[in-house]
Amino acid sequence: MAVSLSVAQRQPRFSRRKWFNRLAITLSMCAMLFGVFWLAWILWETVTIGISSLSISMLTESTPPAGEEVGIGGLANAMMGSFLMVVLATFVGTPIGILTGIYLAEYDPRGKLSFTVRFINDLLLSAPSIIIGLFVYAVIVMRFKQFSGWAGAAALALIVIPIVIRTTENMLALVPAGLREAAYALGAPKWKVISRITLVAARAGVLTGILLAVARISGETAPLLFTALNNQFWKASMSGPLANLPVTILQFAMSPYENWQQLAWGGVFLITLTVLGLNILARILSREKLK
Amino acid sequence: MDASSSVPSAPIKMAVRDLNFYYGKFQALKEISLDIPECCVTAFIGPSGCGKSTLLRTFNRMFELYPEQRATGSILLDGENLLTSKQDVALIRARIGMVFQKPTPFPMSIFDNIAFGVKLFENLSRVDMEERVEWALRKAALWDEVKDKLTQNGASLSGGQQQRLCIARGIAIKPELLLLDEPCSALDPISTARIEELIAELKKDYTVIIVTHNMQQAARVSDYTAYMYLGELMEFGETERMFLKPARRETEDYITGRFG
Repeated sequence: MAVSLSVAQRQPRFSRRKWFNRLAITLSMCAMLFGVFWLAWILWETVTIGISSLSISMLTESTPPAGEEVGIGGLANAMMGSFLMVVLATFVGTPIGILTGIYLAEYDPRGKLSFTVRFINDLLLSAPSIIIGLFVYAVIVMRFKQFSGWAGAAALALIVIPIVIRTTENMLALVPAGLREAAYALGAPKWKVISRITLVAARAGVLTGILLAVARISGETAPLLFTALNNQFWKASMSGPLANLPVTILQFAMSPYENWQQLAWGGVFLITLTVLGLNILARILSREKLK
Repeated sequence: MDASSSVPSAPIKMAVRDLNFYYGKFQALKEISLDIPECCVTAFIGPSGCGKSTLLRTFNRMFELYPEQRATGSILLDGENLLTSKQDVALIRARIGMVFQKPTPFPMSIFDNIAFGVKLFENLSRVDMEERVEWALRKAALWDEVKDKLTQNGASLSGGQQQRLCIARGIAIKPELLLLDEPCSALDPISTARIEELIAELKKDYTVIIVTHNMQQAARVSDYTAYMYLGELMEFGETERMFLKPARRETEDYITGRFG
């Protein structure tokens, strides 16, 4: 029996594999193009129609009454309201999320409590946001008998928390055990190891998670419908119904009025731009982490 | 202990007695007893999975980070049993420096990598801290290479430099004992040679224990060698004698490469 195969003997199986390889590449290219096509279309529509409806007054003036002339009024109050609620939700949700993530990854990774928390967190993570809106409606809005920016921020924070918990835990788990052990070997106490070593080593990933959470809540409509509702007027106070971009877009886009529809497109464009920017920032951060 | 193991003539820094170690139900170390002589290099050799790294990790109670791992018996450091000591484990670990297989620079500057451990137990002035950092880096033979870039991130150094940074970090806290867990296995031959020179230098001040896969390395750097197999200490004695005239057949087979 020959001890070495000839090229001709290897050829048949090799050719077959090569053909399969080409087929697989073609199919995955088709799938990719199909997905990118719709995405690009959405982006294209948003940008072209959005840009044409952009104007200075959109950024400086508050929402106009229905049926006004096109070009009068803007989204300033909605932008301000969205900004206030997103910032508050992020500031409240981030520390809770990071601390819980630290508990899960560093203090009790295999404990019963961690198992339970992780399970509930996964539920919360995949819960439809309208349920979160209804929950906050029942707990806050009904109790105080008033829609408010506070309630809106609370609902958004409930969406931020599970995302930050999940990313923090995952990123901390990726920190090599050797790094942790090296810090303990010097006699460092646990909180110091976490705050100075592991959390710092995972910071790019954790920050990426926060940014993605912000991107997510920037466009959430359902949780705000029952909580912040909406407001026609400029208002920098969080008590009482608060204007915000997603609900304004919903309301304006569904209306028969030309001027409202125009502003809805402008709002869509602004949110898309924000989400795109946040995602790009997150990408840059996570690339730096890999370096 | 086995009759084939000789007792070192140097003063004893650490005495291990009847040490058993368990990963859950699996017993990884069986009745280990040996004396680590002061200001000498002791090497642990043996095939993969023999327990040499496990043994090293009991010396600073690193295993306690993992709840399913436990040890029985005694490890006496200057007569005090570390396993039952009332002292906080952090204070014990600070007496024992440790360097790992892969370099583990902290995510901070070269300077802070050294200062981190020092600050845990000492309150030094800026000048004293700078002095300490230079002293440690000089001892680790790294000072000349990094003195102009102390603010750079530790991860920016080469693998060999990172490992010397880790050694400097371990020395900076002024320990009594240095544990080296295969410190050269991720390094190229030139970096390895530098670390080996360094180990010879360090034993003047410290008691050094090194785990190594490389028998030539054990022969080059150590004064005493322990050969382990399947969680048992097969033979322990002066390195020269172990390599020239091993008392046990198993040791000879391993050292000569017929096994393992």
